[in-house]
Amino acid sequence: MNSVFLERDKTLLVEITEEIDHHAAEKLRRKIDESITRYMPRKVVFDFNKVSFMDSAGIGMIIGRYKMVNMIGGTVQMKNVRTSIRKIFEMSGVAKIIPIIDIRAS
Amino acid sequence: MSGLYENEMKLEFVSKSNNEAFARIAVAAFASQLDPTIEELADIKTAISEAVTNCIIHGYENTKGIIKIVSKIFANTLEVEISDTGKGIENIELARKPLYTSKSNIERSGMGFTIMESFMDDVNIESVVGLGTKITMRKIIKKVDPQEEDKMLDVAELGGR
Repeated sequence: MNSVFLERDKTLLVEITEEIDHHAAEKLRRKIDESITRYMPRKVVFDFNKVSFMDSAGIGMIIGRYKMVNMIGGTVQMKNVRTSIRKIFEMSGVAKIIPIIDIRAS
Repeated sequence: MSGLYENEMKLEFVSKSNNEAFARIAVAAFASQLDPTIEELADIKTAISEAVTNCIIHGYENTKGIIKIVSKIFANTLEVEISDTGKGIENIELARKPLYTSKSNIERSGMGFTIMESFMDDVNIESVVGLGTKITMRKIIKKVDPQEEDKMLDVAELGGR
């Protein structure tokens, strides 16, 4: 995972670079929460471009971060989500709460 | 029995979370001889990952146990049996319900069985409290006509991956 904070827009860009399963989620959660607490962003954008696999552990992970950012008055978006992962976000209703901001094939 | 299926593999591994990736990749590699599409392969990997995660966090509750996978191929069907000898499921109906989880404190979404059911063609759960759980899943790999496959690959490439 890499994260960049854009001071001007108070936006935290989080690029997830690993497969998201129960094993990876715990560490990811810790690292993302650290960044959120440090920067107190107004907006968090999760970039899924390098995520080749995600199972239901990703749902809990993203919703948990959404709740946290929501509590400090911020918004959350996801981008570059491939079809197989988008299916999981749609099936679980996550896509209705957290906007996916682009369309990407495969 | 052995005449019924064309190929079979067995795996046994310790219930450690870093084996989740190992299990799904191993089953996907076995399934690849059926020539699945990228999407079918992703479905299989996701379903396996859900079942193995359940063994680790529910069956064995993060203690050390053995997870067993038996996978078979019959014609164009992949069958995967994933079992543990952990604590078992008290109420299978409830466990299958979308969004139901007994572990909301660790951010589990309760979507595991729902995902297995929608990504595979058939999911069967057998469980005895105190003895363990066995999940049997089947997926039919559709035959793709080669011209259609070329078109799908073109689309996938245009999408950047």
